[in-house]
Amino acid sequence: MATEAREIEFAEIKELYTRFTARKVVFILGSLGALVALSLYATTLGSARLGIGEVSSAVFARIFPFAGIETTSFADVVVWHLRLPRIAMGIVAGAGLAVSGAAMQGIMRNPLVSPFTIGVSSGAALGASLAIVLGFSLVGAEKAVVVTNAFLCALLTAFLVYGLARMRGVTGESLILAGIAVMYFASAATSLLQYLATEEELQAVVFWLFGSLTGATWENVLVVTVILFFCLPFLMRYSWDLNVMASGGDEVATSLGVNAARVRIITLIVATFITAGIICFTGIIGFVCLVAPHITRLLIGADHRFLFPCSCILGAILLVGADTVGRTVFSPVVIPVGIVLSFIGVPFFVFLLMTRRKEYF
Amino acid sequence: MIIEVKRLHFSYGHRPVLEDITLEVEKGEVVTLVGPNGSGKTTLLKCLNKILKPKKGTVLLMGKDVSKMNLKELARLSGYVPQNGVRTFPSTVFDIVLLGRRPYIDWRVSSRDKEIVAGLLRLMGLEEMALRDFNELSGGEKQKVLIARAFAQEPEILLLDEPTSNLDLKHQLEVMNLVSSTAKEKGVAAIISMHDLNLASRFSDKMVFLRERRIYAIGSPEEVLTPDNVRAVYGVEAVVNKDSGRPYIIPLEPLQASKAAAATKTA
Repeated sequence: MATEAREIEFAEIKELYTRFTARKVVFILGSLGALVALSLYATTLGSARLGIGEVSSAVFARIFPFAGIETTSFADVVVWHLRLPRIAMGIVAGAGLAVSGAAMQGIMRNPLVSPFTIGVSSGAALGASLAIVLGFSLVGAEKAVVVTNAFLCALLTAFLVYGLARMRGVTGESLILAGIAVMYFASAATSLLQYLATEEELQAVVFWLFGSLTGATWENVLVVTVILFFCLPFLMRYSWDLNVMASGGDEVATSLGVNAARVRIITLIVATFITAGIICFTGIIGFVCLVAPHITRLLIGADHRFLFPCSCILGAILLVGADTVGRTVFSPVVIPVGIVLSFIGVPFFVFLLMTRRKEYF
Repeated sequence: MIIEVKRLHFSYGHRPVLEDITLEVEKGEVVTLVGPNGSGKTTLLKCLNKILKPKKGTVLLMGKDVSKMNLKELARLSGYVPQNGVRTFPSTVFDIVLLGRRPYIDWRVSSRDKEIVAGLLRLMGLEEMALRDFNELSGGEKQKVLIARAFAQEPEILLLDEPTSNLDLKHQLEVMNLVSSTAKEKGVAAIISMHDLNLASRFSDKMVFLRERRIYAIGSPEEVLTPDNVRAVYGVEAVVNKDSGRPYIIPLEPLQASKAAAATKTA
């Protein structure tokens, strides 16, 4: 009798966990649906009036060319040339920024770390300013000089910070401290450039610093998508290792068969690469990196197998949502998404922090 | 012989921490490492599973040189319970214990993995907490979770770093009972660093007294838990009673520095 009761209890724990996992999968699928719906809705908004039906048929007519969906050439042009590049950029940029933030926080076991704390953004800003103000470029690609310069300076700065932190042993604290030091230096240099800039150049620099999806093209989207395509599997592959590292120190990781130092450096490089690859097109959009992973952890927990895909989706929702608000509320004036994001995201994040019981720091 | 440590030396930079350690542990044996703070207990544990790399000497685990094993292979043989669990991002108790299956899991969690974890949670009396956040647990419960994680590795040896130092009396006994019964039932060797000499005496087959980087005395509690050894190793005057089976000590007072030095010489 007694053993029978025990067996049931035993099966119950397993069942409980299986259901717990299934709920996460359902949540992820649900948020994916929400992202698609939001994107379609965002595509209907703009100066040319298009209903959700027109937008959907224009979108799906190209995705499924043989399905015989009818659309007008006007809708096709508005949707595919004007609105979708921007929304697609929002999706890939949001996803990439969120996932690199999640990865960095995991390997450092520190909720304050993001690719931005290790200098990626300040480096990118400096690189972009150099290109805009002085016309100086590390490599001579004429057309994309701002983009390549921002990208390369972002990488250089991140590796400088990492190198500095390494001298004291790479911990969350040493990275943040080295990041802050380098960030101040880069900011000072950027400010100096702004001070020296002509009015026109200054405007360009400031606009770049706000972070915006204006000017997103299919080529940009393609580049970011390719980066994600190669980088995401890397991160996903390390999910278990990151779970181990996030739940204990390096010593525990070693005892569970994980080479913490190697996982950390590879993850760091991948996360930096993704972030630099995105913000060189969009300018400084920082908040997604930090906050999307936190929101995801509050909602479905810190298991990286689910945290990574879910952060991607929530990051995309955040960015597309914020951009949609930014370009519609004060239309025709477009508020840069970096600004809107903080206005919407911060209260939401504070709300979650206050109402969720789970401890964080 | 499941573990053989031969002439092991370890130093942090130029500061030697362990010198000439030789130790053998049998299957199913519970061995406690005792000695004052800084005598090298924790360091010795960490040298056994490659967290630290010894400068000289070898560690053989089931006849294989540990330094030549890869981490995953080693993680299937050796479970480790750190001194104090660190704060983590919110994570359920089940998920934490499941990490002990990491050396066996590629990506998918198998049904067997879940069964092992569920079984361990029941063994530890943690069923009710399976989906609670690890950070919300009490010190004793956390310790049990971390021990369950080490058990989930299905190891041949268990290394526990002061598993009882933050626990109340009942939890101390529960934790030690779990470890020693697992050692006996499954033939797992347990090596445990510890401050409480009486608890060590009660549960160990062998006690190792470490003093100033070296093994000072080694043997069964009856053999080595003596006033002389306690005086020499800890610099504490003590009485040892043997009226309830295992010897237990009552510490009296610390020796003066000069006397301690004298005691060291005569010992």
